[in-house]
Formats: sequence, C-alpha cells, structure tokens
Amino acid sequence: MPDIRRPDSPAAREPAEQARARRPPLLAGAHTYDTISAKISGIVLTTRAAGWWHIAFAACSLLTLVFFGSIGYLFYEGVGIWGLNVPVVWAFDITNYVWWIAIAMSGTFISAALHLTRQPWGGSISRFAEAMTVFALTIAGIFPIIHLGRPWFFYWLMPYPNVMSLWPQWRSPLVWDFFAILAYLLLSLMFWYLGMIPDFATLRDRARVRGAQLAYGLLALGWRGEARHWQRRQSAQLLLAGLAVPLVVSVHSVVGLDFAAGNTPGWHSTIFPPFFVAGAMFSGFAMVMTIVVPLRHAFDLGEFFTERHLDNLAKLILAMGLVLAYSYVMELFMAWYSADRYEIYTALNRMRGPYAPVYWALILCVVVVPQALWSRRVRRAPWLLFGISLVINVGMWLERFMLIVTSEHRDFLPSAWGMFYPTRWDWAILVGSIGFFGWLLLLFVRYAPLISMSEMRELLTQQQEAP
Amino acid sequence: MKRGESVHGLLAEFASPGGLVQAVRAARAAGYRRLEAYAPMVVDGLAEALGPIDNRLPGLALAGGLIGGIGAFLMQWLSVTVVYPLNIGGRTPSWPGLIPATFEMTVLGAALAIFFGALLRSRLPRLYHPVFNDDGFAAASSDRFFLCIEAADPEYEGERTREFLESLQALRVTQVEA
Repeated sequence: MPDIRRPDSPAAREPAEQARARRPPLLAGAHTYDTISAKISGIVLTTRAAGWWHIAFAACSLLTLVFFGSIGYLFYEGVGIWGLNVPVVWAFDITNYVWWIAIAMSGTFISAALHLTRQPWGGSISRFAEAMTVFALTIAGIFPIIHLGRPWFFYWLMPYPNVMSLWPQWRSPLVWDFFAILAYLLLSLMFWYLGMIPDFATLRDRARVRGAQLAYGLLALGWRGEARHWQRRQSAQLLLAGLAVPLVVSVHSVVGLDFAAGNTPGWHSTIFPPFFVAGAMFSGFAMVMTIVVPLRHAFDLGEFFTERHLDNLAKLILAMGLVLAYSYVMELFMAWYSADRYEIYTALNRMRGPYAPVYWALILCVVVVPQALWSRRVRRAPWLLFGISLVINVGMWLERFMLIVTSEHRDFLPSAWGMFYPTRWDWAILVGSIGFFGWLLLLFVRYAPLISMSEMRELLTQQQEAP
Repeated sequence: MKRGESVHGLLAEFASPGGLVQAVRAARAAGYRRLEAYAPMVVDGLAEALGPIDNRLPGLALAGGLIGGIGAFLMQWLSVTVVYPLNIGGRTPSWPGLIPATFEMTVLGAALAIFFGALLRSRLPRLYHPVFNDDGFAAASSDRFFLCIEAADPEYEGERTREFLESLQALRVTQVEA
C-alpha cells in the first residue's frame, strides 16, 4: 500500500493534479488567435469611443488643466501659496511625491517578478501595470521639482559641466533619488515599449484608416514577427525583468533614505528603506486592482482578467499589507526600545496629538480593512475589491502625510512647534495630479493595446497543448 | 532588371505553430539555409530550429552595465577627490556614499545595452521589408505562421522549391517580389 503522506507518491500527487485541473483557465471563453487579436485591437481600432470614455476624458482633462494651472500659479507666486511653513516644510508636495512613486513601484515590479517566476497570470495584467508605472513615475517626478523654492534650478541635481565649477553632493539621498528615478523611468519605458512592439504591429496590420496605419506602423518599427527577433525580444525581456526587480527595491529604498538620513524624530530609523518598499508594493498592487476592475467591466474583459487574476492580486495585497502592519508595529517598538524621549514622544504624538485622526484613519484603511481579503468570497467580488483597493490608496496617502507632517510639526524644541493646514492650492495640485493620471490612462486604453496580444496567444497555445 | 532577379523568395503559410516548426525542420533537413520564419508570438523551438540562436544579449548587458557602473563611479570619485573636494568637518573622501548612484547607472547602462542591442541586432527599425509585399502577410501578426525560403539560398530553385513547400501541407505558397 502506498504511503500517501510521502509527497512524491502517486496517491499524494493525484489530488494536487486534480485540483490544478479543476482551477478555471486563465484565458476563459472559446478563443482563437484571431478572436484575441480582434477583441483587444478592437478596443483601439473602433472609430467611436464609448460614451463613458468621453465623459471620463472630459472630467480628467478639466482636472489636468487644474493641475497645470495650479503649477503655473505656483511658479508665478512661489511656495507661499501652500500651507507649509517652518517647521512643516514638507507637506502635501512630498506626500504626493512618495505616494505617486510608490504607486509607480509595483507596475514594473509585478510584471517583471511574474515574468521571472513564470507565472502565466501576469500576461494580461502586466501591460497596463507597466503603463501605470510610467504615468505615476512621470507625475511623481514633477513634485520634487515644484517643491523647490527656485524650481528653475532643478537641473543642478545633474552632474554637468558648468561655469560655476559646481558638483552635486554625492552623499545626499536627494542626489541618489535623481539617479534612481532616472534609471527607473528609462528602464520602465524600455520594458513597456519592448513589450508593445509586436502588438503595435498587429494594430498596424488590422487598422483600416490611413492615419492609424501610419502611426502604428512607425511605433511597430517594422516588426514582422521573425522568429529570431522574437527570440531576442524574449531574451531582452528576461534580462530587463531581472534588472527591474533589484532596481525597484533600490529606488524606493532611496526614497526611504531621503527621510532616514535626516535626524528628525520619526524619520531617523533604519527600518525606513524596507518599510517604504513594502508600502510601495502594497499601494501599487492596490492601484493595479483599482484600475483593473473598472477596465474589466468597461471593455468586457472578464475573459482576460478572470476571477483567478483578481484572487491572486488580492492575495498579494493581503500579504504586502501584513508586512506593512508588521512594520508599523516595529516602528512603535523601536521608538520605545530606543529610549530616546523625542522618538517616544513622536510615536505617542502620532496616536494622541492633533493629527491623531489621520493616524487612526490610516490604521483603519491600511491595516484593518484589508483583512477582509482573507475571505474567499470577498476575493471573488470585483466591486468589493475595487472598494477595498480605493480605501487602501486613501490610507496610503494618509500614511505618507502622517509620516511626514507629524515628524516635522513637533521636533526637538517646543518653542519651534507648529501646525500645518492645507490651502486650496494644496488640494488643487493633489486632485489635479489624480486627474492627470486618469487622463494619461484614458488615452492609453484608447490608443494602445492594453493587454499583450502576443502573450495571450502564447497562453492560448499552452492551454490547447495541455491535456 | 530581369523578372527572376527581383524575387525575394517563396512564402508558405501555415495554420498552426506546430506546422511551422515541422516545416522549418524539414527545410533545414532538405539543405535550405536562408530561411525566415514568421509567427504572431514566441513559438517554442522555432528559433532553435532555424539554426544557432543569437546569445549575445547577456554579454552586451554585462558590457553596458560595466560601462555605466565604472563610468558613474569614476565620475563621482574624481569629483570628490580631485575636481571638487568638499571638506565637511574634516571628513576624508569615502566611497560607500558613491554606491547608490553607481548601482543605478550600472542598471541603466545594462538596460540601454539590452534594449538597443535587441533592436539593432534584429536590424530594427526597418519599416520596409519585401515580405510586406505579400497581401496575406498581415495575418502574420495575428493568427498565421509563415516560412520564407529566400531566393538567395544556394539550394533555391523556383519550381522545385515551390513543390517542396507545397509538400509540407502549406495553406498556400506565393512568390514574394523583392
């Protein structure tokens, strides 16, 4: 009689195989190579966009105008239009920066990590996750520039031959940040574009309008699907994915070091780099969820973004949320264990001080609400997941606000304490940046292939070959 | 120019990835060497069937990474020691603070080498190619698989090659103008 406890015995293996066979396929519906191309390129090549797209685009365009209009006024008038002042010299500007860059972290990470670990469910979500990365990173990059008192000198961060014979301070995390964002933005763009080239070729070949043929023809760079080109592209994607994963960790670690290198209580902690990376993954996965649920509904893409995709994504969010919750506990523990009266005061002030509602709201949004994801029923309910991911995004913004403002507003000397209250320009730039993000995403889903058609064809081939 | 000289080759169309791989193997076995295979996705074993695969990209990535990393480190080192030494509290120049920018530029150098290496070694961008002259070739980016035997192949011989391709159960075989 076979010992069923041994993992390699046939009796033990069989239930696992049966369970795997019972799992719903990642590509649902009766698809062929042609229906995949027709469905995904149809979203782009249809002559008339849906009514909801026009309404959303108009709203986001308006907010984009608010965003750039507010920045224009900021450049004209100076940072005095914001509510920040000594001692709170970083407020919404840097909160927005960290929030956006964290959202940008997980797009390329999720697609690179799923690529490296050969997870087939990454195929359909990776494309727009990469787009999300590029857009969020672009927006994030605006904030450090506009938070400068003299934004027209932002390029002084770059080492370049100049008549002043000046060089950047290489030991400053702010300079590291410049290099990190530069490398990450360019790598993400290349990773994204390399993935899209064959899909642009499909659009070129299926377009019936001259302008579209020309535009997608140029974007496809003359891709013709030669086997050796595919092989090189595959090898390039694998290498870029391998580089992207450590890069992501380094970029957000540097963002954490922007704070940890200062001696402000509440910031001066070695836990910051990993804590920031965990928070970045968490908020980015939540943003992927925030985008995928409406997309799936709007374009009827349930066959490509199946419940299994949402379930997997929800599990990732839950796992990252637990790492983050652990980090919060560790932060409190380290404050107590440091025996430093300023650190202890900052920790208590966060919970009991004037910004306590922000602290407790973020604990609710980021630690309590995601626990609903333990339930399988919740993980299978798309709109519930959408709601939870929105709550997480709000909570992660509050977390950055709490980290930044509470540390600054009461530091060492009580005579230098103060409060921060946002002005309408603070809000206008925050809301405007969200509108601008939506504007870019709407243009992307309308004019670029939002799911990788070639990867869907590979998935279909695998499913057909599987017994 | 004579009609025969302006021929790029013969293009055979297949319905499945498996059919294309079989055809490539058969063509290689028949002695053809100047082959091109077109598919709308990565087909396992297809590039290998066409001959030795290009494995230069990892080497290019290493070179790009070394150039980026060494370049960034040297620039910073010269800046802190020779060109612009900063004396802050009497601290001597040290290297650990130079590592983050060095790491980022290593990754960027490697990534640029990979991206441009993959494109340029495939001789892309190239907006024109003779196979685009074939009216049905647009399906190569959607649901059809093609094998092209180039006229420049020493074994190429108009009718005989056409018969050979037809014997591989191609959906159709057409001549591609150069």
